[in-house]
Amino acid sequence: MDKTMSLSEAISTHLNDGDTVALEGFGHLVPVAAAHEIIRQQFSNLTLARMSCDVIVDQLLGANCLTGLIAAFVANSSAGSLYELRRRIEHSDPEPLWFDEYSHGGMVARYQAGASKLPFQPIASYRGSDLAQKNPRIRSVDDPFGGPPIYVVPALNPDLTVIHAQRADSAGNVQAWGMLGIQTEAAFAGRRLIVTVEEIVDESIIRSDPNRTIVPSHVVDAVVEVPRGAHPHAVQGYYDRDDAFSRDWSALARDAEAVKSWLQTNIHDTADHEEFLALLGADHFDHLGIRDAYSTPVNYGGRG
Amino acid sequence: MTAGTPEHADTKSIGEDITSSELLAIHSARALAGRRVVFAGHGLPTLATSLAQRTVAPEIEIVYESGVTGARPPDLPRTISDSVLVPGAASVIPMTHLFNYVLQGQRIDVGFLGAAQVDRYGSLNSTLIGEDWEHPDSRLPGSGGAIEAMAGAAEIFLVMRRHTPRTFVEELDFVTSPSPHRSAQSDVGVMPAGAGVTHVITDLGIMTRFAQDEELTLTAVHPGVDPAEVVRQTGWNLHVVPDIETTQPPTAEELALLRETLDPSRVYLR
Repeated sequence: MDKTMSLSEAISTHLNDGDTVALEGFGHLVPVAAAHEIIRQQFSNLTLARMSCDVIVDQLLGANCLTGLIAAFVANSSAGSLYELRRRIEHSDPEPLWFDEYSHGGMVARYQAGASKLPFQPIASYRGSDLAQKNPRIRSVDDPFGGPPIYVVPALNPDLTVIHAQRADSAGNVQAWGMLGIQTEAAFAGRRLIVTVEEIVDESIIRSDPNRTIVPSHVVDAVVEVPRGAHPHAVQGYYDRDDAFSRDWSALARDAEAVKSWLQTNIHDTADHEEFLALLGADHFDHLGIRDAYSTPVNYGGRG
Repeated sequence: MTAGTPEHADTKSIGEDITSSELLAIHSARALAGRRVVFAGHGLPTLATSLAQRTVAPEIEIVYESGVTGARPPDLPRTISDSVLVPGAASVIPMTHLFNYVLQGQRIDVGFLGAAQVDRYGSLNSTLIGEDWEHPDSRLPGSGGAIEAMAGAAEIFLVMRRHTPRTFVEELDFVTSPSPHRSAQSDVGVMPAGAGVTHVITDLGIMTRFAQDEELTLTAVHPGVDPAEVVRQTGWNLHVVPDIETTQPPTAEELALLRETLDPSRVYLR
């Protein structure tokens, strides 16, 4: 079954105003192009689930797409602050934001419960942490096996999950390598799933290395080829992280008007990700090249 | 050596050209001597762990929250999720495995972290500054994986760039990662597996604590630092060991590794 479509069609088909949408990727394989398309299509009242935040959180906030955030780390990766986010949390400026806060372990547990269709997941951390006081959704239950009460976090089942990967076949068997984050769990936890990839490849390539597949096709609703779809984050074996871009964002986003202007020029006034990349300049990716480092092929064998 | 004792002369020459971040990275690395499985947090812990791998702890297995274990990066990782950590690493595991089996599974000997504030028992704040949790004066990054590192690692080492009464406080604005002392006051949840913070490396000296109800105690000062000054810069009544030591100055080898090999563009040595 061919699930390939354009990014514009995938987002408009599978996302609705008011949804909870998970955009996952831990500093690597982040679905940035998909976030930009959500802005372009002017969705609103979304709650974003994103374990560890980055520029796309500020951009979605600046575009007034979000009224809620579920996260565990709210800085711009290592590049500084996210000022759109800080304005909302510190001053409710321009609007308050519903912020459902956990630790990374708490977010991992939430996605695991969601993927497993369990109501909640126990977790060994949080004893004595103010986070368990601040967030009423971090609760405790009696241990039926006689231990002390244990903290639990609720299942997270996003209406839509979007992940980015190196490659998939047209049916949506997704292969990724390098740091895998929480993408498999977020994919299974989502009610719908869009996968953007650097390349759509022939099924035979996927089937030559099945252990590389992180999400099987039965979970996937749409497959979209978006080269450089994770910029300014890295994609292992394709391009390096663009730290200057992330640092520049933190400087720019101190000014709310500058954010609006950036969004207008770079997102609203571009038709798609290709046009967005063109604005960066034809030689922008020259300094984001990587040096090849191939693995040794493994022998999957076969009955002799 | 033109004046004073040899020690004084050394101190002076060191003080003139070694930055505070270099001093912190070197003493953080030395604290890892002989350690095996180390969880490297973002920032100076990443640099210090790489330096330790090349000096006092060649057998170290560096574990990153991003799921990379046994990292031997040829280039300096700029963050804990830098893809340069992957080539040559021993494994890359999904974050579910990292959090469930490695951290919660108590496989980490030392978790190396930073924080905005620390209290006398080693509870850490990385969430916010201010009185009002809903509208803080400054919103900080938050836990990330720090809560789980504190709960699961056998020990936590902490590196703090600036030792001041605003960072070493009587009471945290927010307890992100609780010390075992603090956890013991609650009756809900699982007690931390390890000892909590055992070593704190600052720009003024080194503090240690080992038992659940033991306070951080000043055990060493850097050359030229008066222990009384460290007490003044600490927001609680800091205990000082009677036979306090002076840390050994950085060696030429350590400085060369930091400046020329590990961080020539001064990503962390700011």
